[in-house]
Amino acid sequence: MTGTGTALGAPAERREGRQKVTGGARYAAEHPLPGRAHAWPVLAAVARGRVTAMDTTAALESPGVLTVLTHENAPRLTEPDDPTLAVLQEPGVPHRGWVVALVVARSLEEARAAALAVRIEYAEEKHDVTLTADHPEAYEPETANAGYPARREYGDPDSAFASAPVRVDVSYRVPPLHNHPMEPHTSTAQWEGDRLVVHTSSQGGTAVRATLAALFELPEDRITVDTGHVGGGFGSKGTPRPDVVLAVMAARETGRPVTVALPRRDMPALIGHRAPTLHRLRLGADDDGRLTALTHEIVTHTSRIKEFVEQAAVPARVMYATPSSRTLHRVVRLDVPTPSWMRAPGECPGMYALESAVDELAGALGMDPVRLRVLNEPEREPDSGKPFSSRHLTECLREGAHRFGWDRRDPRPRSRAEGPLLVGTGVAAATYPVLVQPSTAEARALPDGTFVVRVNATDIGTGARTVLAQVAADALRVPLDRVRTEIGDSDLPSASLAGGSSGTASWGWAVHDACTRLTGRLGGLTGRLPGEGVTAHADTAGRADAESPYARHAFGAHFAEVTVDSVTGEVRVRRMLGVFAAGRILNARTARSQFIGGMVMGLGMALTEGSTMDAAFGDFTESDLASYHVPAHADVPAVEAHWIDEQDGHLNPMGSKGIGEIGNVGSAAAVGNAVHHATGVRFRDLPLTPDKVLAGLSGPPAPTSGRGG
Amino acid sequence: MSSEPTPEHRSDTALRVNGKPHTLRLDHRRVLLDVLREDLGLTGAKKGCDHGQCGACTVLVDGRRVNSCLLLAVSLDGCDVTTVEGLTDGDDDLHPLQQAFLDRDAFQCGYCTPGQICSAVGVLAEAEAGHPSHVTDPAAPSGRPVPLDAAEIRERLSGNLCRCGAYPHIVEAVEDVI
Amino acid sequence: MKPFGYVRAGTVEEAVEALAAHPGARCLGGGTNLVDLMKLGVEHPDVLVDVSRLPLDTVEELPDGSVRVGATVRNSDLAAHPLVRDRYPALSQALLAGASGQLRNAATTGGNLLQRTRCPHFQDLSKPCNKRAPGSGCGAREGTHRDHAVLGHSEHCIATHPSDMAVALAALDAHVELYGDEGARDVPADRFHRLPGDHPERDTGIRPGELITGVVLPPTTASLPSAYRKARDRASYAFALASVAAVLETADDGTVTHVGLAFGALAHKPWRAERAETALHGAPATPDSFARAVDLELEAARPLRDNGYKVPLARNLAVDVLTRLAPPARRPRHLTEDS
Repeated sequence: MTGTGTALGAPAERREGRQKVTGGARYAAEHPLPGRAHAWPVLAAVARGRVTAMDTTAALESPGVLTVLTHENAPRLTEPDDPTLAVLQEPGVPHRGWVVALVVARSLEEARAAALAVRIEYAEEKHDVTLTADHPEAYEPETANAGYPARREYGDPDSAFASAPVRVDVSYRVPPLHNHPMEPHTSTAQWEGDRLVVHTSSQGGTAVRATLAALFELPEDRITVDTGHVGGGFGSKGTPRPDVVLAVMAARETGRPVTVALPRRDMPALIGHRAPTLHRLRLGADDDGRLTALTHEIVTHTSRIKEFVEQAAVPARVMYATPSSRTLHRVVRLDVPTPSWMRAPGECPGMYALESAVDELAGALGMDPVRLRVLNEPEREPDSGKPFSSRHLTECLREGAHRFGWDRRDPRPRSRAEGPLLVGTGVAAATYPVLVQPSTAEARALPDGTFVVRVNATDIGTGARTVLAQVAADALRVPLDRVRTEIGDSDLPSASLAGGSSGTASWGWAVHDACTRLTGRLGGLTGRLPGEGVTAHADTAGRADAESPYARHAFGAHFAEVTVDSVTGEVRVRRMLGVFAAGRILNARTARSQFIGGMVMGLGMALTEGSTMDAAFGDFTESDLASYHVPAHADVPAVEAHWIDEQDGHLNPMGSKGIGEIGNVGSAAAVGNAVHHATGVRFRDLPLTPDKVLAGLSGPPAPTSGRGG
Repeated sequence: MSSEPTPEHRSDTALRVNGKPHTLRLDHRRVLLDVLREDLGLTGAKKGCDHGQCGACTVLVDGRRVNSCLLLAVSLDGCDVTTVEGLTDGDDDLHPLQQAFLDRDAFQCGYCTPGQICSAVGVLAEAEAGHPSHVTDPAAPSGRPVPLDAAEIRERLSGNLCRCGAYPHIVEAVEDVI
Repeated sequence: MKPFGYVRAGTVEEAVEALAAHPGARCLGGGTNLVDLMKLGVEHPDVLVDVSRLPLDTVEELPDGSVRVGATVRNSDLAAHPLVRDRYPALSQALLAGASGQLRNAATTGGNLLQRTRCPHFQDLSKPCNKRAPGSGCGAREGTHRDHAVLGHSEHCIATHPSDMAVALAALDAHVELYGDEGARDVPADRFHRLPGDHPERDTGIRPGELITGVVLPPTTASLPSAYRKARDRASYAFALASVAAVLETADDGTVTHVGLAFGALAHKPWRAERAETALHGAPATPDSFARAVDLELEAARPLRDNGYKVPLARNLAVDVLTRLAPPARRPRHLTEDS
């Protein structure tokens, strides 16, 4: 099923690496276009209400201003599927930070200055932005994100829990989190006659083209979307965001190329965020540690204009064998910005809570947490009853424990101190589903003996150019340096987005098939190839998206060692180690970087990252990078990522599972569990910042769990 | 659209960028980062936050690393600026740090990378000049070069955020060139 | 940012003349906070007077043993200067605990003192803020305020001063030198910033048209044990949740003969802990007496809904720093093992 070549799995160097280290890689705002104008958005200053008056006179008179777009004069859009894209269409304000005007000027300085001169009056209404577990407007949606049923239940979890000899009944809170890719959401749009060319920072140019075609009523073949280099996304660029719509509007109105680069402070309100989740977990076990009941119920928020439900109770349907279970999502519509995807939506906050609760259960049982997990390994996927295509969680846990030196751990909480520093270690498991989507690709053999693979994949930092060349080289059975990849352009064969850890599987499948077909075609030819070469296409629709009889997931295990300063409550990670079972690893070099990157984001979630929805004003208090603390170099120690050599024939022709998100799943729980081990105190409200930790260290430990009876 | 900015709001500014002299008539509001990106076409320095909170815009001014997003270009009249594009010797020879970043896969999306590299160039010079950091032993002798271990590198590069989480590999890359 | 005129001053006199000629002008040093605030529209001067190239860029020892730091000395150079590292370690440590290497390379001594609060409401033109727009109200009091003041705040403003450097200067008994059209004067560093009271728009007592020309570190605190410690949400590149600068001298019998103690991030200014200092004079340099003295100081704290943690945090920091500065024999065992 795999090629006979040797390119797959090799630590091939990133093909665009040289461009990136020399400053030559061009991102969405960096294409030289004569006469390009710059735009600056004006955001709503109320959390709920409507614009009643808009005075743009002073702004229009400001030097350099080309136009000011508002709901009164902006081009009309066809109603979008995604309501967050219906910008400047009507006076309603669904949340603070909604775009109410766009100033376009010759220079960025002129646009920014004029934006301050736009005068807006609002009819303000009372708002509610505060999520509580018992919010009266909480409801059970039909589905959570990605189409998962909001509720699943089997057995009788309530009575099983009530009669369990060992019980844990705990609540956790994950705050709103922000994606904050280093490149802000940026789009440059240019009309060339009736053709539209867009350079945009997106995880999927094919979807951007389709969206723009619908919004502006253009045939897709008159739109080109360039996503050549993208400065990170982490889910927030998975679908088009307002920047691209605004840029196209402004370019149409001014007749010039226009760049809209969202100011960093505007991003929390406009690009989506990880919604806060309030978790309640009830784990019941018998005396030897086998689960008898597992309920995971979450409450989250969404906006008034769009239902997005973080599917945080879903991983509990995958992880552990239990005869009874309930997993349930409830959501409250609030006057908040619309939440959306952030790296491992659902799994990331859900596994933080579940894996923390499992650690609490291990404590209540007096059992090693690695052993407890192994003991509760299911034979089949607990919720669906499907067999796993492969599941090597136990191997990950054992390999990780060995590498980490877990057996030297004194299990007693607060048993290790170095001066004022309390030291602890923790473990947690990880899971992420195998997702794959249909894509198309083209492979071409050229007379000079080289090959070109063309697919509208997007490289958001994953190394797609490189790994797709590796897939092609093996399928073609040629050396890697004879294959060139073209990606990041919507004129290429259509492909799915870089999201859900599905990119390499989806694009690679199409590339593999196109190359296999090309090999077959070349085998029937004799003599020199024609000048334009020989081409083969592939389309994986109907196969990539076919329902699998198997439950397909990647798994992993995280280990962390932390110090907690008893003077300040400051927690620092000393080391992190992850072991993953994610099918065949296609590029050892770039895969390692992705695993480590996910683990670092989990470190941030555990310790430094937290956003506050200000109840009085209805915005995120931590709106910039000075106040929203993504981890800095000094927070991040040596981080090790390893993997199990996993063979799985039920995935795709390469035998790979996605790797972009699993590093970010469970890592926060490992850190949190280590903090508990260090301190003897269980903190259940992320992030574990000094204010909370210091209070916990001096307060009484909260009673939550233990042997029933 | 109204008139050009008034003369008192603009000045002629001379900058030497990557060895090449430029004299530009600049709006006083223009920061060095936008001069590089918009006026000179040098887009290696990145705009991540525009407020000195991420380090993606780091360049060297008169040999010192700075956030180019917070420096009004007019105030730099006569200064020497080096960007990531200027670290490469000719077309082919990468700066040792650029090569080390490639060797260590010390980036993913690449957007913070030019800033990380310029910052690392500054770090090496600062340590050699005896500049201490937050993690330098206060008892270390002043005025002498500071040895750079991993903790020193991490602290000194903390003004350069990387959301892809490439930090461990970046530190290895810097260690490679010490 | 609105268009502005630009004047580069070559001498202090030129700078003062330019400030007099352009009321409302702002001085540009490193620009690391001023340009940030101009981009946000919080600051909107008609004219910038660039003082960054004034010949005030040296650190020198004066005949009386003082160390004079010019206003345009960059934070990184000041932190690295042997006179500062060797004699006033708390100042070097405070500088190095602040911002990033890039920002410290640009930021000046004078500019560091004149930086504004990082209160999110102050930085957001769509919010009420008495500091930015007097009379508009205090958004932070009503909204989130985990990072705000617990000491000396008023009903009009609960902002904190963000500087690390200024906290060390206060503890070290430094003076700030000012020059204006009425000549030169100097102000003790711990009196340079003010409490918000009814006029939170005024951060300092600097007069219109006056310029900071330098900072003087006195011989009285030179070479005494001193240190700075800061607690923060991330390990580097973050503002303080609370911080402490301390100078401690003890006699052979282990009693305190000199102490300077100041807190950062607790108030609208670096908070000189005068009550604690008074209580410690002549007292034994022990953790117990440090704790009693600090508790006495923090009795004045009035925490708000979200920031009560700052009081125990500041207490722990102060006791820890003072204990580390005390003679080794007085340290409890756990502090000697790792240091």
